[in-house]
Amino acid sequence: MADPAGVARRLPSVFMTPGTSSFTEFLATAAPDLLPGARESLPVAVTEVAHGTTIVAVTFPGGVIMAGDRRATMGNVIAQRDVEKVFHADEYSCVGYAGTAGIGADLVRLYQVELEHYEKIEGSTLSLDAKANRLSFMIKNNLGMALQGLAVIPLYAGYDPDTRKGRIFSYDITGSRAEETGFHAIGSGSVFARGALKKRVRVDLTPQDATRVCVDALYDAADDDSATGGPDLIRRIYPVVASVTEDGFRRFTDDEVGVVVNTVVADRMTNPGG
Amino acid sequence: MTMPFGYASPEQQVRDRSEYARKGIARGRSVIVRSYSDGILFVAENPSSTLHKISEIYDRVAFAAVGKYNEFENLRTAGVRMMDVRGYMYDRRDVTGRALANFYAQTLGTIFTDSIKPYEVELVVAEVGQEAASDQIYRLTYDGSIADERGFVAIGGQSEQVSTSLKEHHADSQPLAAALRVAVNALRAGTPPGGNGDRVLSSANLEVAMLDRTRSRRLFKRIFGPQLDLLLAESAESAESAG
Repeated sequence: MADPAGVARRLPSVFMTPGTSSFTEFLATAAPDLLPGARESLPVAVTEVAHGTTIVAVTFPGGVIMAGDRRATMGNVIAQRDVEKVFHADEYSCVGYAGTAGIGADLVRLYQVELEHYEKIEGSTLSLDAKANRLSFMIKNNLGMALQGLAVIPLYAGYDPDTRKGRIFSYDITGSRAEETGFHAIGSGSVFARGALKKRVRVDLTPQDATRVCVDALYDAADDDSATGGPDLIRRIYPVVASVTEDGFRRFTDDEVGVVVNTVVADRMTNPGG
Repeated sequence: MTMPFGYASPEQQVRDRSEYARKGIARGRSVIVRSYSDGILFVAENPSSTLHKISEIYDRVAFAAVGKYNEFENLRTAGVRMMDVRGYMYDRRDVTGRALANFYAQTLGTIFTDSIKPYEVELVVAEVGQEAASDQIYRLTYDGSIADERGFVAIGGQSEQVSTSLKEHHADSQPLAAALRVAVNALRAGTPPGGNGDRVLSSANLEVAMLDRTRSRRLFKRIFGPQLDLLLAESAESAESAG
C-alpha cells in the first residue's frame, strides 16, 4: 500500500485532526488496511497455520510473573521451537498469547503501539483496567477470524500502581475479560498447567518461588500436551519468563531461566511427577 | 495602472505574515535543546507541569516548541501519529528525526502561504544517535524554514540573548549536571519583556527532559520534582567546583 504519510506535500488532514488518543482508532481512519483484522473473510476455515501453545502467569506480593513455552505447532509438525509468546506490553505490564501465531504476533505488536501511543499523546498512562479493556476490544475485532479457525487468546498481566499488586486478566475469543486470582494458564497445555499451578501456588510466594512454580507448570504442560514444548536442554532453549513489579517490566535472561530449568529437571530425575 | 482596492503585493503579504508570527513567538519564554555527554538535553522555562513544551515522539526522537500552545500541540500530535504509523508499518529503527523535520517543514510552509494566518510557533526536532557524532538537531520556523543545528539551539522570544550565553559556555562533552547549569544560566540571561532578569529558575518553573543514549528502547526521559531538585543542586555544586 502507499505510505499514508509519504506522498503528501503536508501532513494529511487526518493527522492534524484533534480527537482520538487511540492508535487503533486512528489507524482505522488513516490506514485501515494496516489493521490486523482488515482481512476479507475466507471461503473455508483455515487449519494449517502455526499455533502457539501454553502461557502461565502467577502473582506474588508486589508483582506478577508470566512464562511461556517456546513451541509453535502446525498440525503434527513442530513449526518453530524457539518462538516467543510473552512480550513487553508497556513499562508495567506484559502480554502473552495462545492460538494462531501470525495473528497473535500482529495483535501484540498493535497493542504495544496502542499503549505507547496513548502515553505519548496524553502524557499519562492508562490505568491497568483500561489497558486490559483495550486488549478486550482488539480481541473482539478478531471474532470473525476466530470463527474461521484463526482464533487467538491473550493473557494479560501487570503491576497496578494504585493497589500495589500484580494482577492477571484472561479473555475468551469474544473478547470478554475476566480477572483471575493468583494464577492462570492459557493454551493447549493449560489444563495440565493449571492443575500444576493450583497445587503449588501460595499467597506468600517470593518472586523466585513464583518463577519456579511457572517453570514447573510449563514442564507439567509439556509432559502431557504434545503441542507444548518442554525445556530444550540440548539447544539451551528455555521458556520466556518475565516479571512485572514496582520497578517495571523485566525479561529474565536465558542464564537466569537456565538455572531454574536445571533445578526443575534435576528434581524431576528423582520425582518425575514433580 | 490602477491597483484594485485592498491590494497587497506578495512581498508585503509575506512580510506581514512573518511579522505577525514573530510577534506571537516573541511573547513566549525560551527553550534550549543541546548536546551533552550522554545525549541531548531539553530545558524549557515553563510554569505549567502538565502543558508541556517538550515531548517524546519516538524511541530516539523528541520535540520542543515555543509559541501558541494549541498550534504546536496540533503539530506534536500529528508527529506522534505519523511516527507511530511509520514504526508500525516498517520497523522501529526506520523512524527518523529527519523524516519528521521534513514533514513539519512542508506542513509549516504550506500553512504559511495558504492559510489566513501563519502558525505562531518555532519547533526543534532532535534525534539522538548511537554516538555523539550522529546526533541531529533541526530547528524549524513558522514559515517552514529548516536548519540543521550543531551542539545547541535556542528558540523563543529571547533566543538571541540565550544563544549568546550558550555560545560562550557550551561544550558538547559536558556531563548532565554541567550541561543543565549552562542551559539554566542561559535561560536566565534571556529576560522576557517586562520580566525580572534575576528571577529564580527552580524545579517549579523548569521543564527538563533528555534523550539519553545509555537507556534502552525509549530513550526519552523527563526529570521533574525531587529528582530535578537533586539534579539542580548537583549542577550548582558543579559550578562551585568549576570555579
